[in-house]
Amino acid sequence: MSTELRRRPDSALRVVWLYPDLLSTYGDRGNVLILAHRARRRGIAVETLEVRSDEPVPDSADIYLIGGGEDGPQALAAQRLIADGGLHRAVARRAVVFAVCAGYQLLGTSFVAKGAKCSGLDLLDAHSDRGDSRAVGELVGEVDPRLGLPPLTGFENHGGRTHLGPGAAPLARVMVGVGNDGVTEGAWQGTVLGTYAHGPALARNPAIADLLLRWATGLETLPEIDDQWPDRLRAERLAAVR
Amino acid sequence: MTAPSPNPSLPLRTKIAATVSRGVGALSRATGRGDGSVIGGRIGLMIDPHLLANLAAGRRIALVSGTNGKTTTTRLTAAAIGVLGKVATNSFGANLPTGHTSALAKAGHTPYAVLEVDEHYLPQVLAATRPEVVALLNLSRDQLDRAKEVAMMAQLWRDALAAHPTVHVIANADDPMVAWAAYRCPHVTWVGARQRWHEDSWVCPECGAHLERSGDSDWHCSGCALRRPQPQWTLKDGHVVDPSGVAHAVTLQLPGSINLANAATALAVGAAFGVPVVDALPRLAQVKSVAGRYATVVRGDHTIRLLLAKNPAGWLEAFDMAEDAPTLLAINARDPDGLDTSWLFDVDFSPLRGRHVLITGDRAYDLAVRLEVNDVPFRHVRRFRDALAAVPPGRLEVIANYTAFQDIRAELDRVN
Repeated sequence: MSTELRRRPDSALRVVWLYPDLLSTYGDRGNVLILAHRARRRGIAVETLEVRSDEPVPDSADIYLIGGGEDGPQALAAQRLIADGGLHRAVARRAVVFAVCAGYQLLGTSFVAKGAKCSGLDLLDAHSDRGDSRAVGELVGEVDPRLGLPPLTGFENHGGRTHLGPGAAPLARVMVGVGNDGVTEGAWQGTVLGTYAHGPALARNPAIADLLLRWATGLETLPEIDDQWPDRLRAERLAAVR
Repeated sequence: MTAPSPNPSLPLRTKIAATVSRGVGALSRATGRGDGSVIGGRIGLMIDPHLLANLAAGRRIALVSGTNGKTTTTRLTAAAIGVLGKVATNSFGANLPTGHTSALAKAGHTPYAVLEVDEHYLPQVLAATRPEVVALLNLSRDQLDRAKEVAMMAQLWRDALAAHPTVHVIANADDPMVAWAAYRCPHVTWVGARQRWHEDSWVCPECGAHLERSGDSDWHCSGCALRRPQPQWTLKDGHVVDPSGVAHAVTLQLPGSINLANAATALAVGAAFGVPVVDALPRLAQVKSVAGRYATVVRGDHTIRLLLAKNPAGWLEAFDMAEDAPTLLAINARDPDGLDTSWLFDVDFSPLRGRHVLITGDRAYDLAVRLEVNDVPFRHVRRFRDALAAVPPGRLEVIANYTAFQDIRAELDRVN
């Protein structure tokens, strides 16, 4: 990662939550709240913006979040994001994207919704299809060592399987659960990151939240903050699946 | 205890099944294995698969379904219809066909029955019990790791109602998903029962366009003709206004504006059966608590009130009910609760700022992270009795999800 600042240091960090009207089924709002909370605790000013699917996507924000949802809304969200083009322009200038579940799938080249193959946004070298069974339960993975993060923990609930091309790297190697295919989980490519740990995935993975903040601010390190509650939650969830 | 005799017109197989079902239920209670409201029905249905239909035959039946408030509304509706005669009801929230079977078998022959129905089972129970009236309260996200998503549930209801066009539907006009499910029914009475939770009805279930909301409860689709039906029953300043425009002062022991709405639905169902509102009101006023919900318990220096909240919409209503007093929040994620706690981030806990908040339960740490992000200070306690020790004498409000609620209720000797 380059450490150059991609935003003016005097302006607030802009976090956009895309399409909460279509993709917000499982407490996805949590990721917006957690990012804003962790940034503010470091004295970083934050501006959060919810962009509905009938509104244009601003291309000048620093972080974009996409949540999970049902097949119909997922297909509609992909169509509108492709037609809008704002997210593509933002990623071209290395804005950060964090997407979960249905939102993760639609970042790839294609995905399946309601039995039909749909075009994705082509921001991740990945395509998704349907698995034999629904993956529901705790998900644990050993994160790509290049990212320097502790294990991923989350809850997954999806029927999809995701296959990565050479352009995308797995976010983690699966220890418990299914993730992409039972072997790898999630993906990252440049500053775009997706995971099957659904809903408020950052609640259990504050280190991923901080990674997104570091990518967005260009800061190599962030000041320590008191993480006793997220730490206890992580310890309890990781112990529960051991 | 003498068992009521089965209806003499029932087939022999049904009589045997009903008798065995009652016996097993009593055994279950006597041995302390359960409250007997499910196991008896399960065995009865094994002997006679048509047991529920046969037990339902000859009774005038109302079903009550929805994500939240169905146990309470069933209780209030049974109280209202009690004006007319004996009512069979599954008053302990055993809301699957096994529970309905047990309830009807246990009650013997009654002219009326009011049954709470799990929203997923509405099609089966409609077909088996041939009700006269179905009351539909609301639909919102609940236990998404295993339950149907809201739009799918609305579709399930719509299809089920289309198959039973003679049923009198009493539905919440203020919930777009409920309204859409009942929109085409030939015989609907609309209740303006309000809906505080809007997060599951942003998008029109008919055409996918945005639903626009205005004022307290009005809504319409920006893309098609779907809009809030004009309700015949409405709420106004603590009163229920009936279809003739008369406003009735409603006195309830149950807290919160949601229970006024539940009372309006109960009165509408009662009216459909011929119960005058003025006769039903004193019966509703007698309902004190419902299977432990809203119960007030005195323990030493503390007065403890129990509020059950199982999903985001339910938590919003609970904050409306809770008094400004020390508050214990208890969260589990066992099977009956759903294993996924993501929904905690769909609840805005900021109404609790400024209160003395304690947290407990199997998944207290999920709640801790949520409250920290929500800027709500809290203290974690391991057990319920630690919470009592941590608050000053006086009132303690307890808001808990399902199994956490049952755990605390057990500590308080299964208070009803």
